[in-house]
Amino acid sequence: MNKIIAKSQLSDNVFRMEIEAPLIARERKAGQFIILMVDEELGERIPLTIGDADAERGTITIIFQTVGATTTKLSRMNVGDSLPAVLGPLGRPTMIRGEDGENPGHVVCVGGGIGVAPMHPIAQALKAAGNKVTIIMGARNKCLFVMEDEMRAIAGENLILMTDDGSSGRKGLVTEPLKELCEAGAVDEVIAIGPPIMMKFCALTTKPYGVKTIASLNTIMIDGTGMCGGCRVSVGGKTKFVCVDGPEFDAHEVDWDLMMKRMGAFKPQEAAAKDHVCRAGIFGNQA
Amino acid sequence: MTAKEKMAVPPQAMPEQDPAVRARNMNEVALGYTAEMAKCEASRCLQCPTKPCMQGCPVAINIPGFLAKAAEGDFEGALKVIRETSLLPAVCGRVCPQEKQCQKFCTMGKLLKDADKSVAIGRVERFCADLARETGTEPPVERAPATGRKVAVIGSGPASITCAADCAKAGHSVTVFEAFHKCGGVLVYGIPEFRLPKAIVRHEIDGLKNLGVEIDSNFVVGRTRKLRDLIEKDGFDAVFVGTGAGLPKFMDIEGENLNGVFSANEYLTRANLMKAYEEGKADTPFWHGKKVAVLGGGNVAMDASRMALRLGAEKVYLIYRRSLEEMPARKEEVHHAKEEGVEFHMLENAKRILGDDKGFVSGIECLKYELGEPDASGRRSPVAIPGSEFQIDVDTVVVAVGNASNPLIPATTEGLEVNRRGNIVVDPETNMTSIPGVFAGGDIVLGAATVILAMGEGRKAAAGINAYLAK
Repeated sequence: MNKIIAKSQLSDNVFRMEIEAPLIARERKAGQFIILMVDEELGERIPLTIGDADAERGTITIIFQTVGATTTKLSRMNVGDSLPAVLGPLGRPTMIRGEDGENPGHVVCVGGGIGVAPMHPIAQALKAAGNKVTIIMGARNKCLFVMEDEMRAIAGENLILMTDDGSSGRKGLVTEPLKELCEAGAVDEVIAIGPPIMMKFCALTTKPYGVKTIASLNTIMIDGTGMCGGCRVSVGGKTKFVCVDGPEFDAHEVDWDLMMKRMGAFKPQEAAAKDHVCRAGIFGNQA
Repeated sequence: MTAKEKMAVPPQAMPEQDPAVRARNMNEVALGYTAEMAKCEASRCLQCPTKPCMQGCPVAINIPGFLAKAAEGDFEGALKVIRETSLLPAVCGRVCPQEKQCQKFCTMGKLLKDADKSVAIGRVERFCADLARETGTEPPVERAPATGRKVAVIGSGPASITCAADCAKAGHSVTVFEAFHKCGGVLVYGIPEFRLPKAIVRHEIDGLKNLGVEIDSNFVVGRTRKLRDLIEKDGFDAVFVGTGAGLPKFMDIEGENLNGVFSANEYLTRANLMKAYEEGKADTPFWHGKKVAVLGGGNVAMDASRMALRLGAEKVYLIYRRSLEEMPARKEEVHHAKEEGVEFHMLENAKRILGDDKGFVSGIECLKYELGEPDASGRRSPVAIPGSEFQIDVDTVVVAVGNASNPLIPATTEGLEVNRRGNIVVDPETNMTSIPGVFAGGDIVLGAATVILAMGEGRKAAAGINAYLAK
């Protein structure tokens, strides 16, 4: 049950895993996520986005960064190990322009860091629905790009790479080409997935042009089915739960500052836990 | 014994952990009767021919019947009588609000002019159930021959556990689908360890497995599989929806999204299910609340405030807008909370939550209230006293003002009728919903209620399912 089928390390802190999850692979739609645990007795529940799925093989693929105790423990698991709990697919699927009535158009997908992973199925679905898809990928340096080949396969020459240090593509932030595209007109929709600060600035960039902008939020979660409210954010002045009302929301309506503050609620505890797990690893104990 | 002699028998006190000690540990507060105490307490029952206690019981357990056996020391016989009606006596004996149900109508309490001196029906029930479990002498459960019909039970709380058991006993092949990694629903994420040890819930789930019920945890119907697909694609002949009241209500006041404000569901789930109280061992982060305000007056508010003490709070303020007499919480929980040191602020309500510049709770501003005219329910309405604002220094606020029905199943199942509160509408006789073959029961139908009502619903729905499948 939920065996790890494949594992690779993409950079210092970024891992890719293919996990056996036939029911999730069968039902999942672009934009949805999972909640997993590495230990059912004392582990925590964490949300991770689904980067890919193969219904025939019965597997899902996740790309994650080791940011805390659980992601670090996950990164130390190996092919053949089983995850005791994988729940999904959660959240509302992305509304794909071109399906259900609206005419296809030009959609710009902005993926920051490992935000490209959940963007992958969305970009695939947009392309399949007849949209022109431009993909902007941003990372600190070229080593931190994920799924570059897969995104190139979707966007072709409409793939724009941005690095902070100029080691690949253009030097600069994703908001620069985004602004240029909006300025040139003919952008019908923008989808932004990445660090909250990136999504916030994408929203600020597109707002003056009145371009519909969707962001996929990545708050703290506990149950993932709407029963606790731990993931709540404020959108358009109303409280929403990311796990059931989202994860996607109108980026111009999200109270970004509140969201970022709430994501910092357990910072000291998270840092201590990660440190504990990391040091346990150094001394050879598999945490 | 004559009635007069019975009246002279002292009500048996429940042995309990010392309040100062237990407020800092997660062990069960009420330690349980001994056999002697149970026998003695049961002997106080007058065996009234009119059985007023049974009228108070939501599922009409044969109370005088089981008390008569317990009075003789035949606890196995007593449990058998209970089990004719109730499948969860270890749970109900602990969590039923007996003072509003069976014990309210007890003749002994009336004769002694003190409802607290009614026969302690719940405590005797608990003893019988605990004894059987601990000595492995539970009555064997019989299963009818396999019918080849499949029943899907969604959720694994009290309504679902009961429904699954009754359908399995009828010979159907039952699968329980549970979204969490552990089964039990509110029994495991909501009601704390110190009120209901999880070992008891595990035992009930094991009981289901012994009946051949398959348990699929980490499976959220509505997302992992749509409900209609269970019937149309997966071959289930009937479905029971027992997904409960898992939608937290917030007060919509200023500051409610500050760090340190939790719904009671989140607060209790972190502490109970995710064991955040085992700091250093459990990975779910532990919130260090030193001064905690709990808003509300029901059992969930009691659970949250007593949990706060056990999580290390120095001060816990229970803030409720009506008076103590109107509090809906179980009497024993209120009593235990007070003993443990929860400070009760009655006739007060939160107006807004205050925060520091980093977005963390720094205090709460409250208003004083008074009771005005009775509202439609007959209870006097709480009315804010203008200009009575005052502040309390807190770093944590737990909002325990109620739960509505979890909306996931209705939202993902076309044609499933719900009322304006989001509760699933069912036929009162069979508990069948607007979709043929789909049944529902428990909090998802009643709104947030009690374990015993959920269990009663589960039994009724199972009878409805069994009749439906027999056609």
